[in-house]
Amino acid sequence: MDLDALVKQFQKKDSYAFEKLYGMYAENICGVIYTIIKDHERSQELCQDVFVKIWAKSDTYDTSKGRFFTWILNIARNAAIDELRSKTHKNNKKNLQLDSFVGILKHDKDLNTKIDTIGLQSLLKGLKEKCILLIDLLYFKGYTQKEAAEELKKPIGTIKTRIRACISEIRKNRNL
Amino acid sequence: MDIKKYIASGILELYVSGSLSPEENLEVQHYAIQHPEIQKEIEAIEVTILELTAATSPGLQKDSFKTLKSELDDVIPFTPDSLEKRTPWTTYLGWAASVLFAVGMLWMYLENDKLKTEIEITEQERQTLEEQIRQAKEVLVEKSETEQLLNQLRNKDINTVALGGQTVSPESYAKAYWNKSEQKVYIDAKGLPEPPQGFTYQVWSLKLDPLTPTSIGLLDDFADNELLIFELENPNESEAFGITLEPEGGSEGPNLEQLYTLGAVGP
Repeated sequence: MDLDALVKQFQKKDSYAFEKLYGMYAENICGVIYTIIKDHERSQELCQDVFVKIWAKSDTYDTSKGRFFTWILNIARNAAIDELRSKTHKNNKKNLQLDSFVGILKHDKDLNTKIDTIGLQSLLKGLKEKCILLIDLLYFKGYTQKEAAEELKKPIGTIKTRIRACISEIRKNRNL
Repeated sequence: MDIKKYIASGILELYVSGSLSPEENLEVQHYAIQHPEIQKEIEAIEVTILELTAATSPGLQKDSFKTLKSELDDVIPFTPDSLEKRTPWTTYLGWAASVLFAVGMLWMYLENDKLKTEIEITEQERQTLEEQIRQAKEVLVEKSETEQLLNQLRNKDINTVALGGQTVSPESYAKAYWNKSEQKVYIDAKGLPEPPQGFTYQVWSLKLDPLTPTSIGLLDDFADNELLIFELENPNESEAFGITLEPEGGSEGPNLEQLYTLGAVGP
């Protein structure tokens, strides 16, 4: 079954299709949440909550909103940022600064971590700091191009060409 | 539109990250539908981002979907079991059933074919038997006819007259069996040669004093008469019988030059 058909089935509340989509994207969603809240167990819980939300809101998705992955990525980011802003979380974590997704490489001291840091490092091999920063803003924090331009004090055109160059470098690393 | 330039612009990367305005989203979708290269590029970018984000995953809890599913039932119930449970064994059962059905159909077809062949054979046998019966009946009829004829010839009232060969054909001979009371004459023409094309034998009843011939019939279909015994009516007070060769259809009076056989009736 192709992705479009799978998503349509999922929107008809077909749990088999949903399980398939879960298998395809759960690691990604959990990963993005983890890079934002940086709490191992809590991110796993939140990840489950996000999928409950996706299931409940399935009828609000349509292709005009972009790729299915983009849609659930957005739900996950918002949920993680909400979590970060909530007081309960503030009490648990002192360091609330929003560093980049690469921060998990330094943050995670848990020896039992399942993070595929080797994979992450090899994907990001040779990438400049400004690339990592831009990828973090756009993919992990959900900035719009305008917000990213303001944050980095660069014209929108530059944001576009830079992200193209950065992702191309990761694609080259994948093929190594 | 320059597709390569469009791809190089970086707009597709922003499309995947969800950083475009709704209008720009629609524009990208429009071009992606029109140009397969753009659609392919979007998918390639997405695969890269999927790999990148998966690399940051803290891992999933054991049986995470099962746990999720139990939570989902509280939110919006799953679709009925029939739709939901597509466990392999039901699929296999379906396939097994259809295979069984197909095999069954094939068996039925072959059985049917076999029966049809059997019916054909039976029909052929029936026809053969009918043919045999028909032939047997014919034989019986012929036999009874022959028997009847024999009985006629053996009748005590029969007067047998031997007809001897004459000048035209000294080798020829014939016999007349005359049943006076029934006014019938049976001519045994076995000793006569087959008449030439266009001619036939004519049988005459003769009064001798004065010599008066009366035709009593033709030996028509000579070649087809297997027994060569002809049955003729004879109401005359015959004193002799003669057989002449006449043109087809017979003559008013006998052509004595073509007299084949002749014999007088005994006392």
